[in-house]
This record gives sequence, C-alpha cells and structure tokens, in this order.
Amino acid sequence: MSQAMAAMPTAAAPPRRRASETGDRIFEMLCRGAGILVLLLLGAIIAGLFIGGWDAFRTFGLGFVTSTEWDPVQEVFGAGVSVYGTLLTAVLAIILAVPMAFGVAFFLTELAPAWLRRPVGTAVELLAAIPSIIFGMWGFFVIVPIMAQYVQPAVIDTAGELPLVGLLFQGPPFGTGLFTAALILAIMILPFIAATMRDVFEQVPPVYKESAYGLGATTWEVMRGVVIPHTRISVVGGIMLGLGRALGETMAVTFVIGNANRITPSLFAPGNTIASLVALEFGESELGSLKLSALLALGFILFVISFVVLALSRWLLRSRLRA
Amino acid sequence: MQRRSFLLTSGLLACGLAANRPALAQEATITGAGASFPNPVYQKWAEAARPATGVTLNYQSVGSGAGQAQIRNRTVDFGASDAPMTAQQLQENTLLQFPTVLGSLVAIVNLPGVADNQMKLTGEVLAEIYLGKITRWNDPKLAALNPGLTLPSLAIAPVYRADGSGTTFVWVSYLAAVSPEWKQRVGVATSVRWPTGSGARGNEGVAGTVRNTRGAIGYVENAYAIQNKLISTQLRNKAGQFVSPTPESFVAAAQNADWSVPNFAADLVDTQGATSWPIVSPTFILLPKNPQDAGRSRSVMRFFDWAFANGDSIARELEYVPLPATVKDAVRAAWTREIVAGGQPVWPGR
Repeated sequence: MSQAMAAMPTAAAPPRRRASETGDRIFEMLCRGAGILVLLLLGAIIAGLFIGGWDAFRTFGLGFVTSTEWDPVQEVFGAGVSVYGTLLTAVLAIILAVPMAFGVAFFLTELAPAWLRRPVGTAVELLAAIPSIIFGMWGFFVIVPIMAQYVQPAVIDTAGELPLVGLLFQGPPFGTGLFTAALILAIMILPFIAATMRDVFEQVPPVYKESAYGLGATTWEVMRGVVIPHTRISVVGGIMLGLGRALGETMAVTFVIGNANRITPSLFAPGNTIASLVALEFGESELGSLKLSALLALGFILFVISFVVLALSRWLLRSRLRA
Repeated sequence: MQRRSFLLTSGLLACGLAANRPALAQEATITGAGASFPNPVYQKWAEAARPATGVTLNYQSVGSGAGQAQIRNRTVDFGASDAPMTAQQLQENTLLQFPTVLGSLVAIVNLPGVADNQMKLTGEVLAEIYLGKITRWNDPKLAALNPGLTLPSLAIAPVYRADGSGTTFVWVSYLAAVSPEWKQRVGVATSVRWPTGSGARGNEGVAGTVRNTRGAIGYVENAYAIQNKLISTQLRNKAGQFVSPTPESFVAAAQNADWSVPNFAADLVDTQGATSWPIVSPTFILLPKNPQDAGRSRSVMRFFDWAFANGDSIARELEYVPLPATVKDAVRAAWTREIVAGGQPVWPGR
C-alpha cells in the first residue's frame, strides 16, 4: 500500500491531500464541539439550578443560606441545617480518613514487601469501585446496629456524662446520625486519598531518600523529613479531592444520617446533608412550588461548595498535574 | 377436505363465542399512574382482570404527586392519589374522584419484653412522643395506660419517614386530629418539620431502624408490619376503646366513616364506632369527566367495576381493606352521572 502510494505521480497528490485536510478539519471541529459542549452543559446546569432556585432566593433572600428552618407545612425553607450537615460530615470524614489513608500509602510505598504491594494496592483501588448504594445498605444493616447496640450506648454513658465534651455525645442511640454518616463517608473516600498519596510518595526522587538513609535516618525520619515536605501540597490536593466526593455523596448518606432537619451539638444526633435532603424531598414536590425551588436552590449551593473545593484541589495539585 | 371443514367450523365457533361475549370483543389497554401505596393490589387486579374483562392495565407507581400531575395533563387514562384532591382542584381539572381500597397505619415499637398488640397507646400520647414531650418509656402517662407491663427506663427514639409520602400525610393527620398542639406547631403535609426523632427512607427504612434501635417507635402501613412480623400496638379510638389492628377493626372504621361527603373524600382518621381502628385511609382514582376517548374511559370503569365485584379477596390477601358495598354502589352511580361524552353517559351501568 505504501509502495503504491509512493509510486504514484506527484501530480495526483494535491487533491488527495486536500481531501485529508477536509477530514482533519471535520475531526477538529468535532473535537472542538465536544469540548465546547461540555462547557455549555456545565454552564446550562449552573444556570438551570439558579433559575429554578431563584424563587426561593427571592423569597428568603440571602438568609436562605443560613436559616435553619425547614418547614414544608408553612412553606418556610432554609439551607442552614443541610449546609451544616454537609460540611460537618465531610470534614469529620476527612479527619477519620486521612490518618488511615496515610497509613495505607506509607505501608505501600515504604514498608510493604514487593509481593504484597500490588494486591493491597489493588484492594484499595477496588474499594473505590464499590457503588455508593452498597455502602449505604452495608452501613444501614451492619454498621448502624453495631453503633446502636455497642458503640453509642457505651460512649453516651461515659463521655456523654462529661461537662462540655459530653454535649457532643448525647441523645438516644439511634445508630444513625452525623457520626455514622461521617464514618461511612470516610471509608468511601479512603481509596481516593490513599491512591493520591501513594502516587505522590512514589514520585519523590530516590536519590533524596537514599541520601537521608545514607546519613543514618530511620524510615520514619525519611518519611517525616524528606517525603512529606516534598509532597505536602499534592497530599493536601488529594485530601481536597476526597472532600469533594464526600460533599456530594447522596445514597450512602441518606441511609445512615437519620434525616432530621435540626442542628444539635451532639455528633450522634440525626442530621441531614444537601444531597440527601434533595433526594428525599424531590419525589413529592409539586411542579412550580416554592419547595421545589428551594430544593433547586440547595442544589445550586452544593454546586458552588463542590466547585470551590475542587478548584482548590486543582490549584494545589497543579504542579503534579503538569508533570 | 375434512380438515378444512373442521377449521371452518372452529373458526365460526370462535366468531360465535366472541359475539356472545361482547366484553371480550373489546380488547383494550389502559394506562394509569400515581400512588405507590395501592400499587401491589392494582397489579394483582390487573393480572386477574385481563382474562375476565379483556382490559390490560399498565399502571406506573410514580407517587401521588406525579399521578395528579399526569392526569391534569391527560397523559394517562387515570391518575391515582393517596391524598384526595380538593373540590376546587377537581373542578378546575374536570376530574371525578373515587376511592378503590383502604389501607391502615399501625404504630410499631421495639421494647424488650413487649409482644405484638400488647402495649396500649393513645393518640394524645403518640403526639406528645413525636413532639418530644414524653422522652422515656417509663413516663407516668405510659405507665398509667399499661399497668400490666413493666416499662424500662429507656429513652424513646421516634422514627419517621424522611421521604415525602402519603403515609406521613395520614399519620400526621391523625396526630393533628387528636392533638391541638400538633396541629398548631407542626401541621399536616407529606413531609413536616419533625420536632424530634430520626428519619428513614420508605416503609422498609422505618421498619429497619425501629428493629435496630432499642426503645424505638415508628409507623408503617399495616401490610408491611404483618409481612415483616413487627411489634404493633393497640390504640384508643374516639369511642375510648382500645382496639388492636385487625381486619375487623379496619372494616368497622370503613363502615363507620361518613362517605356522603363531596368527592368521596371521607375522613377515616379517628372515626366513630366502638370497634373502629383510628388510622385508616382510602386511596383514590382520578378520572376525567370529559374523556377525549370514551372507549378508553369505559375500559377504565370496566376494570374497576370488575375489581369492585371480584377483587375483595385479592385485596384482603394483600392486607388492604375492601370498600363497603354501599360505597361501591355510590361510585358506580357517580360514573353514570358524572362522566359524559357527547351528551351520553359513558358508563350505562352493567
């Protein structure tokens, strides 16, 4: 084929070339169209949420974001409780997941024997592939009874009696609640943080580590003095990635958070998140009602929160992404 | 030759049979959408009615709100809703509303040493529990109602439906009917601002949470409580009698209700009668009074006419409560009276 092409007279080449240029142009246009379409979709979703939620924003003003009222009977709506629940569960999940993820990454890059690295690494990645509904059901049928029967009664009877700190651990032991939701979220975001940490730890030039070892440093000293300072920003970026996922999680949270539109100091008390509230209330909201508008406005707020977190993570990870 | 004549005669026979049974001659498919609560019984009825009436029902269990919206836009032949529409809404959309079956709600508890239908509760006490005013099981008010039970000093964990639902609507209607404070502080809707407790998704979520939590109390549809062998309670009705959730007490409530109200929107919450169960509710069908296609409208009525005549045992098997015979007759009369196409009643009677 290439021989036949080469043997062809040069005069025949230009039309052929033009044809391929047309093909190139069409392909380029298609690719550009695909890129622009994504941008348009993103813009359309933001605009759609904002327009849909405009009724609620107009009725309740800026106070919508902070108001803790959610009363479908009186048609008074506020995002305060669910914004609080969303942020609290996500941050708690990060607090629980980061030490664990660090342990996994540290083990995989520095401590594990070579034959164990691959199976454990794959297992962590598989954890990320489990659908969230599975986490929800597992949480509801396994974790919630354990929390309700053993963990929460014990903690409520001991730590719950303490002054001040006790406020965090009071109320009936439902098993569900903000803390249980954060626990499930922590397990769900663990693989993302662990995988990012492992990747950036592996990117530390071996010569740095070997120099430190040559000076007589222990494994922990190398980790603390060389690896972490070198990768700090990327690690924070990975954590933000996990945070982004925790903020938007719906199904698993709905099962275990207890779905109450109240703010109480107790971590064991039921609460709500934006995504969970929207999923629960959407089905029975009439078209054109203020409630539907409030739900769309909640969606807009969640979008903004997630966008800020993800943008922050991109910005922190920019050095690694460029490489 | 013989074979051909056999074919001919059987063909003729088939024609003759079809002519003798006009119902079968009108094979029809009808579509409906709405409430999920009556979905199991509608599906069973559809299965059983197909050979008898020739009507194939395609029912989509999408929720009462969606069912109302779809029949307003006339995208289905009939809509289904647990909550009745108001007279004004019905008039604006020229819809006829009629009940099909009834369901009942029960309170379920998880308390060590308390068996099914042992605990006695009143609506007032339930309201105070859900308002967060009674917080422990050994509260004097509960102890006074249950002198035979040893109630533990355990925190009460009220559980409610977190998703908007007709079940919640009926439950809070009952609490509002017996407690002025509930009516004023919380009110009635498919989802409300619960003063206390924890929410779960769907009947199965409420049942699961109550089963998991010692000291929990919740509410589910009776069918669900029976199928899952949950511990339900007795309730005190308007006549001051304690009744257990049994088919007899549900039927008593259905018979004691005032069905003569406009649009059959009977209130079966806290009805009169010494043996009535206090939380029963009908589910409704919405049918256009001015059908665009009289044939399809007639098929819908033929289907429900069959269900009224033959569907009671199926309904009972699925733990629903059939309508009293007088109500069924009133519904049939309303069909003839209200649904008109081209100046003629679409349902001429059977």
